[in-house]
Amino acid sequence: MSTPSEPPVEGGLVAELELMTPEQRAAHEAEVADVVAPDREIAVAVGDTLLSMENVTMRFGGLVALDDVSFDIRRGEILGLIGPNGAGKTTCFNALTGVYRPSSGRVLLEGAPLGRRQRFQITQLGIARTFQNIRLFSEMTALENVVVGTDARHRTSVMGALFRVPRHTREEKQAIERAMALLEFVGIADRAADKARNLPYGYQRRLEIARALATEPKLLCLDEPAAGFNPAEKDNLMGLIRKIRDDGYTVLLIEHDMRLVMGVTDRIVVLEFGKKIAEGLPTEIRDDPAVVAAYLGVPDDDAP
Amino acid sequence: MLVTHLLARGQVLAQGPDWISFDVGAFVDQFWSNTFDGLTYGAIYALIAMGYTMVYGVLQLINFAHSEVFIVGAYALFFTLAALGFGPSAPNLNVFALVGDLVLAMLVAMLAAGAIAILLERVAYRPLRRRKAPRLAFLITAIGASFAIQYAIFAWRGPNPEPALIMFRQQPVFEVFGAIIYDQQIVIFVAALVLMVVVDQFVNRTRLGRGLRAVAQDPDTATLMGVNRERVITLTFLIGGFLAGAAALFYVMKVPAGVQYNGGFILGIKAFAAAVLGGIGNIRGALIGGLLLGVIGNYGQTLFGNAQWTDVVAFVVLVGILMVRPTGLLGESLGKARV
Repeated sequence: MSTPSEPPVEGGLVAELELMTPEQRAAHEAEVADVVAPDREIAVAVGDTLLSMENVTMRFGGLVALDDVSFDIRRGEILGLIGPNGAGKTTCFNALTGVYRPSSGRVLLEGAPLGRRQRFQITQLGIARTFQNIRLFSEMTALENVVVGTDARHRTSVMGALFRVPRHTREEKQAIERAMALLEFVGIADRAADKARNLPYGYQRRLEIARALATEPKLLCLDEPAAGFNPAEKDNLMGLIRKIRDDGYTVLLIEHDMRLVMGVTDRIVVLEFGKKIAEGLPTEIRDDPAVVAAYLGVPDDDAP
Repeated sequence: MLVTHLLARGQVLAQGPDWISFDVGAFVDQFWSNTFDGLTYGAIYALIAMGYTMVYGVLQLINFAHSEVFIVGAYALFFTLAALGFGPSAPNLNVFALVGDLVLAMLVAMLAAGAIAILLERVAYRPLRRRKAPRLAFLITAIGASFAIQYAIFAWRGPNPEPALIMFRQQPVFEVFGAIIYDQQIVIFVAALVLMVVVDQFVNRTRLGRGLRAVAQDPDTATLMGVNRERVITLTFLIGGFLAGAAALFYVMKVPAGVQYNGGFILGIKAFAAAVLGGIGNIRGALIGGLLLGVIGNYGQTLFGNAQWTDVVAFVVLVGILMVRPTGLLGESLGKARV
């Protein structure tokens, strides 16, 4: 794996677009967006509840990793999930992507409980994620990685694939087109044919996002997507996250970098020791005494 | 140089203990015919090895009962052929009728072996996987399932091999380096190769194959990307079973009286060895390992002048190669096998 400082991730879509005339740019964006988010017009009124965590508690033996956490994610927003190390952010992620089943409480997607569904079914329902420690299929090409994601939406049977019925061929072709569009969308199309493990670090992070988008999620969960990025790369990523939201996706973002969180999110939920200690607009969160205490610690004489 | 030197020494060695002889002359004379015949056996090993290697690639499980999947296929083949009127002497059929019968019998064997492979997975492995059993538990159920099926067949059919079935009288087709190539060898080698290429392409170029590779590389991430892991596992066992069923046809062609309750045992061990030799979890490795094991075994047999030496030489070479390349010749896992 390469270090973050190696080939810079600038370039990509953002830089390319800056070189285009406004007309070219509009046409290009419409074209890519059409493939990337085919159903974005169907997305119902922005602002209704997409996913709710209802009193979710996660226990591991005697350890309570999440303690009665409730919050909603609204359609079309970028929700930030922050908190000090060990606050339960990743546990929270795992609970809502089906990696863990809550010890109590429930997770509702569009009003329907996820219940005892299996992970791949939850993905098919419309929740996709990336990983804090990158987990690509490292021996596949970048393109193949994304195509695995699109497969979640395809319908050809085992027999259909074995005998290569026309529908299988057509779906394969569409999958590859869509995967290419996604690679372009996140700005790494130039390395589509390279094995994932040979990509620079920043490309790998973007590839994870493209692969998650390929499953056509209603909710995209990003687990510390900027880990290991330099400030320029972080700016670039903020642009990408906004673009994803503008294309009709809802985004849940775990991130340590406060500048990025404050700069990109619409609302923020703060966890500490497995409990929700605050929820609100970035400006409210910034000034919230509980949050400041959680991050900076409470002076001894103020301690309860 | 070396060969002439050995030829001179051959005389001396032959005077050693009488259970070991050393026939370099025969080895040199029969080198090419041994090579081609070894490739035929090797193709059969390779077909069976695919079942071991794919299951290992996806589950990191050595499916020891795969040899019984094969033998169930062989029995299905035997009964189908017997019902079609095949017996101890070659039938008097025109080419089309013969090919039709053999293809039908092969399909029945493939379906039977595929079905038993899936059944095995459901009964012996899936319940353990659900309960997150340790790896050792899988190993024991695999061996247990192997013995259970083997002795169930013993109880049903008795200890003796089924009567021989001759499918066709083999005819010489052409000569290469003085070795006569028979039609049977060509049929086995080409058909096995075609089947393996189909599977290789399936794994590398289709949606399901992509899912299979994704699960092999990282099962948790694959399921989070919407891949149905249980379906991938079923598919893997099914493909392994299909290939074992096809191998049964070629095996009975080669060894007409080989259908016996424990007929899969040694063959299974060799196929497993071939899979390890090529690099366990590697589809192309299984092919290379199988062919190599078949050829080397044949060389050993002629060199030492006794069929028992086939396995001695083959396994000594296996150990030797693994000492140099511990991960096998191609040394990759299924997850890594790529276009």
